[in-house]
Amino acid sequence: MLNDIKFEDLIEATYDTFYMTLIALIGTFILGIILGLLLYLTSKDGIWKNKSLHFVISAVVNIFRAIPFIILIFLLFPFTDFLIGTIRGPNAALPALIIGSAPFYGRLVEIGLREVDKGVVEAAKAMGAKTRTIIFKVLLPESMPALISGITVTAIALVGYTAMAGAIGAGGLGSYAYYSGFMRRDFDLVFLCTVLIVIIVFIFQFIGDMIATKLDKR
Amino acid sequence: MISIEGLSKVFTSNKSKTTAVENLDLNINDGDIFGVIGYSGAGKSTFVRLLNRLEEPSGGRITINNEDITAMTARQLRIARQDIGMIFQHFNLLWSRTVEDNIAFPLEIAGVTKTDRQKRVQELIDLVGLSGKEKAYPSQLSGGQKQRVGIARALANNPKVLLCDEATSALDPETTNSILDLLVDINKQFGLTIILITHEMHVIRKICNHVAVMESGKVVEQGEVMDVFLHPRQHVTKKFVEQVMGNGEEDEDIAGIAEAYSEGNLVRLHFVGETTNQALISKLAKKYDVDINILQGKITQTQAGAYGTLIVQIAGKDIEEAVRYIKEKSSVEMEVIQDVK
Ligand SMILES: Nc1ncnc2c1ncn2[C@@H]1O[C@H](COP(=O)(O)OP(=O)(O)OP(=O)(O)O)[C@@H](O)[C@H]1O
Ligand SMILES: [Mg+2]
Repeated sequence: MLNDIKFEDLIEATYDTFYMTLIALIGTFILGIILGLLLYLTSKDGIWKNKSLHFVISAVVNIFRAIPFIILIFLLFPFTDFLIGTIRGPNAALPALIIGSAPFYGRLVEIGLREVDKGVVEAAKAMGAKTRTIIFKVLLPESMPALISGITVTAIALVGYTAMAGAIGAGGLGSYAYYSGFMRRDFDLVFLCTVLIVIIVFIFQFIGDMIATKLDKR
Repeated sequence: MISIEGLSKVFTSNKSKTTAVENLDLNINDGDIFGVIGYSGAGKSTFVRLLNRLEEPSGGRITINNEDITAMTARQLRIARQDIGMIFQHFNLLWSRTVEDNIAFPLEIAGVTKTDRQKRVQELIDLVGLSGKEKAYPSQLSGGQKQRVGIARALANNPKVLLCDEATSALDPETTNSILDLLVDINKQFGLTIILITHEMHVIRKICNHVAVMESGKVVEQGEVMDVFLHPRQHVTKKFVEQVMGNGEEDEDIAGIAEAYSEGNLVRLHFVGETTNQALISKLAKKYDVDINILQGKITQTQAGAYGTLIVQIAGKDIEEAVRYIKEKSSVEMEVIQDVK
């Protein structure tokens, strides 16, 4: 059976999975950091302490985290259609992937920021630092290992999400395994796709761990 | 000149109110090393954090060099803070930056150009004695070295005031001494005013010239270090002085000594920060025909000179002349315990 496999298709599917994960990862990283910073800064002893704003952001994050990913895709169909102009293909999966994982990553960012030594933030204030300086030169660099470990965990979840999105037409290995494998009872192909996905996961894990270790000078 | 008038801080949390600093008045002269001592919870940290408004005052006024800190807008305050260095008990360095980048941080905040930053950082590294450690990360340094980085960082923008909150409390005695020496050095070299918070009297003794004793948010006693050492009025102050000098009355068994040394005069000499009379004993022995026997005592060094008490026995032909010399020619206070003629 395996000999029927068109290798170009497999390579394209692998490429699509990589593409979706990577672009979604970049979007998640940016959006998640913004959410995490807002959660952190508006909290009880934050610089922008604001109870109602904190409550609203927190509620939005929790709601989006509660929605199962597959349902989120359906929910976002009109939005995706409006934004991308189609609901099929790797690009169409991006809004759902980013919106699905950014709230999760945002919480991880918030936890990472909480770990930053309060004394260091205070030292920066005592030197006359602006909030912008505190964010970009203290909070983010000092929490970077945690932010990188967090994005690694998120990347692995994202690979899983791409497979799920694939099953409803986003392309990539999930899609390939479902349409060309499962639907045609070609379980060798399903197995092959599984191996490829596991390898992709390992690659992300390896790179993430490496960067986090290199950055951690504590 | 730093002047503080009616400074208060009340913390309100869950209906309970804590008055950490209460209606505090204090004047600190330029170039002083001003110590603030008190037990845990006295409000020392709160006080020092009020000075650069890391803590917002509930009331009162702080002026530093004629600038009203308490009236400043957030923007003005940020600029003013660049003139107020601060060092911390736990150093508070950025672990993600090397020694040189940590020291450069306040310069970045002040908008100093890169080449000027590099030059200044090198000067500071030399000043605090960390040459060779430029590229090290804080985690690779000892506590004393970390505090040196903290000091260099605090001095980067040439501040006029340096605030130190328990800057040596996390260090061993030897390292503490080397950091205190560095602070004295800086104070002399740059005429920097240093406000130093501590709960250890020997820190005050070693480097401060003025001291304020805090208890429950108030300054209960203040003055020149030597005066406070000599005439502590409050109970807390006496306790702190005993930390350094021991409890004089308890270990002075005068009756026992008098019995054992019944010849000549027994006198108690108080050294009160006099540097010119440090060779008093040997001078007396050379000048007059007397034998001087040191029986008991404790002398310690302060910024103003030697301070402490000696009990000596003076025997021989010229006792009276020797005693008169001490009384009239030296600033050492003398008290005759026993006069056997
Ligand atoms: N952020 C805060 N919220 C509520 N109460 C506080 C806060 N900071 C300090 N306090 C209270 O204010 C009082 C003085 O605290 P402060 O930290 O100034 O004491 P301290 O003299 O520095 O003590 P230590 O020697 O232990 O550092 C204490 O009763 C403390 O519980
Ligand atoms: Mg304290």
